[in-house]
Amino acid sequence: MFRQNIDGLKALLEKKEITPEDAVKAFLNRIDSVDKDVKAFVTVNVEAAIEIAGELTHADRTGDLWGIPIAVKDNIVTRNIRTTCSSRVLENFIPPYESTATERLIGQNYIMIGKTNLDEFAMGSSTENSGFYATRNPWSLDRVPGGSSGGSAAAVAADECAAALGSDTGGSIRQPASFCGVVGMKPTYGRVSRYGLVAFASSLDQIGPVTKNVKDAAILLNAISGYDRCDSTSVNIDAPDHTSMLGNDIKGLKIGMPKEYFIEGIDGEVEASVKKAIGQLESLGAEIIEISLPHTGYAVATYYIIATSEASSNLARYDGVRYGLRVEGDDLIDMYMKTRSEGFGDEVKRRIMLGTFALSSGYYDAYYLKAQQVRTLIRQDFQKAFGEVDVIATPTVPTTAFKIGEMIDDPLQMYMSDILTISVNLAGLPAISVPCGFSSDDLPIGLQIIGKHFNEVEVLKTAYAFEQSTEWHKRRPSL
Amino acid sequence: MRYEAVIGLEIHAQMLTDSKIFCGCSTKFGAEPNSQTCPVCTGMPGVLPVLNKRVVEYAIKAGLALDCDISRHSRFARKNYFYPDLPKGYQISQYELPICENGHIDIVTEGKSRKVGITRIHMEEDAGKNLHGSEKGYSYVDLNRTGVPLIEIVTEPDIRTPAEAAVFMRTLRSIVRYLGVCDGNMEQGSLRCDANVSVRPEGADELGTKAEIKNINSFRFVEKAVEYEIKRQISVIEDGGSVVQETRLFDSEKGTTHSMRSKEEAHDYRYFPDPDLVPLEVSEDWIAEIRRAMPELPGQKKDRFMREIGLPEHDADILSEERDVAEWFEHVIKEGADAKSAANWMINELLRLVGDEGIQVSESKVKPDQLARMLVLIDDGTIIGKIAKKVFSKMYETGMEHGKIVEEEGLEQISDSSELEGIVDKVLGSNPDEVERFKGGDHKLMGFFVGHIMKETKGKANPKLVNELIRKKMGS
Repeated sequence: MFRQNIDGLKALLEKKEITPEDAVKAFLNRIDSVDKDVKAFVTVNVEAAIEIAGELTHADRTGDLWGIPIAVKDNIVTRNIRTTCSSRVLENFIPPYESTATERLIGQNYIMIGKTNLDEFAMGSSTENSGFYATRNPWSLDRVPGGSSGGSAAAVAADECAAALGSDTGGSIRQPASFCGVVGMKPTYGRVSRYGLVAFASSLDQIGPVTKNVKDAAILLNAISGYDRCDSTSVNIDAPDHTSMLGNDIKGLKIGMPKEYFIEGIDGEVEASVKKAIGQLESLGAEIIEISLPHTGYAVATYYIIATSEASSNLARYDGVRYGLRVEGDDLIDMYMKTRSEGFGDEVKRRIMLGTFALSSGYYDAYYLKAQQVRTLIRQDFQKAFGEVDVIATPTVPTTAFKIGEMIDDPLQMYMSDILTISVNLAGLPAISVPCGFSSDDLPIGLQIIGKHFNEVEVLKTAYAFEQSTEWHKRRPSL
Repeated sequence: MRYEAVIGLEIHAQMLTDSKIFCGCSTKFGAEPNSQTCPVCTGMPGVLPVLNKRVVEYAIKAGLALDCDISRHSRFARKNYFYPDLPKGYQISQYELPICENGHIDIVTEGKSRKVGITRIHMEEDAGKNLHGSEKGYSYVDLNRTGVPLIEIVTEPDIRTPAEAAVFMRTLRSIVRYLGVCDGNMEQGSLRCDANVSVRPEGADELGTKAEIKNINSFRFVEKAVEYEIKRQISVIEDGGSVVQETRLFDSEKGTTHSMRSKEEAHDYRYFPDPDLVPLEVSEDWIAEIRRAMPELPGQKKDRFMREIGLPEHDADILSEERDVAEWFEHVIKEGADAKSAANWMINELLRLVGDEGIQVSESKVKPDQLARMLVLIDDGTIIGKIAKKVFSKMYETGMEHGKIVEEEGLEQISDSSELEGIVDKVLGSNPDEVERFKGGDHKLMGFFVGHIMKETKGKANPKLVNELIRKKMGS
């Protein structure tokens, strides 16, 4: 049963072949048997999940996710359930409130199966920066699952849940989805409420689904999207039914292939798989057009100034005064310094320092302001491209999953892992990663499809057409 | 050498909204510590601010009253610094694009009116309160005040004397209270003032080095603190030294200022636009709507009291400074009382009584229509001034109608001529010499007789009737 996705479980539940209790037990057993190797979870919500499954079993069958066990990235706040951000500073933090995204899942009667591991405060591309332990790639346990939503992607790939929520600031859903051979979608900035998503970089963060197939991504996105008055940056427009155009053909669809995304340094097998995938889209009737996104080369630098600047401010609240870790000191300043020294890992400290520097008086104009200007140029690149094409197709990541420890001492090399996903966040666009092949050593490769603002429907339609014409999504790691 | 001071003020005014600026918590003063908090104002992980529209309305009101340009497009920024009373590690404020700019206030000192420029008004959230000195050596943090809305009003360095600074603050207080956007209470901290002070040789164009004075928490101290600081800076210069740019704290007990931190120790607040809040767009329609609902302001009221009612400036000043006093006064006149005697009665009696009791005029038990009715009766001679004062203090104490008090206290006028005749006879009979002189033409003695009769009747005799009776008895 744990092989099931959302759509499959729904069918079984509807036919009463299984109960929510059966579903939860199947996944809890699966977690029990494989998570000691995968280490996807920070907290498994055993008792509460069983209790809720019991209640649902005896209640009316209402809600789009009735009885479906779904995992939640541990930077999304869940009431009365420990939410750590995989940081020592929040190791024992029990939130008094619920995030809007999970509140909406509760409204659809989902079952929160557990909280998944991440790079501390979502800062990283491998989940090695977790304050607790690294998560492993289910396809090859000595490799990283990607990050920062590595726990969510690994849990979905290892069938430890039907689906999961992740968050994406610079590729943190799509990159691990690509590494783990699952579907991951970053919605348009403003589509899903950020209320209760622990902020890394507020102008870039967005919650999205990590699923076993495209249809599940659409179902899960339906449940979490829409305006929320608690988030001033959520956009007050009606969210469509994201499943509505699944199955429509893509004849005549104009797909852009940005030349800047097929560059030197990209893995040969990745490039071949993605080009083959784009060929497949063409054979399904799409028109492939080469386009240019000329400011792509500035995206990583721009991102690391904006994201770290916002992070340096967002993470100031972890000061040991009100909640979370406090390390006593001789005086107030000493307490602050000890708490933050012990509470944060190296990558988080690195980014806080970078951001603090970029915002300092005398440097603000040269860094933060300049980065905002370049961000506008990057956004305009896409605007121009979308004058010509309907969606854009690229590789999600330049490589397949790398080995644990391989890049941990080379942060700059690690940052390059997000080079193809970052621009999408800077422009606020929706994008999906779908499995499109495997390397010779059996590691998954992802195809990224980028759409226009608030046009997730088109992205999902394209991804679905591709997925249904291939078998890649049916492969499972042997665990 | 003669010196001139250059003074600019930065005023924080707490907005009188029911809820906080970025969450729904109550702003009520004096509640149990940390009882008016929620995940948002305590800076829990993952929370987001949502702007309270009423705060924007109040800031615009203040901006219009201070003749500012209202920004159609403004923005919130984060001011980053660590302090236990600041839960997020940053204060949400406005920096580059404030809601109001380029205004002014007219202040009047020594009969002369002067403009003091307003550089800007911006909105921000208040911080909490640290409480020190518990027995266990802990400090505590109360976050009830965290997120209470403030506006910060920054003036141009247009103020020249400590007296002007004090008048400015009183004028501003009066305006924000009229608008109902702030209660103007400096002692409780709902109106706070920092002063930037520098001195320069009289006639010089260049500005001297300034010091910022903080912790000025009463109207009295505004003048004192600035005065002390000016003297201090002059004596530093005269001793051959130079003024250091720094932040200084006012010590109200000693009446002095002392250094808190130097320019080098100043924070780098690393302001940047808050990505959690979208840019604030204000429509012309909304500004117009707020403008239409603006009350008459103290300056306008004062002018009108002088022009239309003919009050002397001093009286107009007193009666226009507080909105509830002005409205009380206007109500008395509307009920038909003579404006000048209404002004006298309010200034000399009512304001003295409420001042002694420490309450607002609007809280007093006696109501404007009651005073008006009494004034009408004084005017037509039915009540004598002296007794009226006594009756009025009773009205103030009890809120009872004057007629009822007069009756209960036995203060009715004796208007019964048969009763009065006996007393007149008695007085005339015991002063034969004066009677002779009166009859001989010394009519000034009328006052003498009336006085005696009043004494006999404890002031209750109807003076008109007494007059008539005396003349009749004298046969004149």
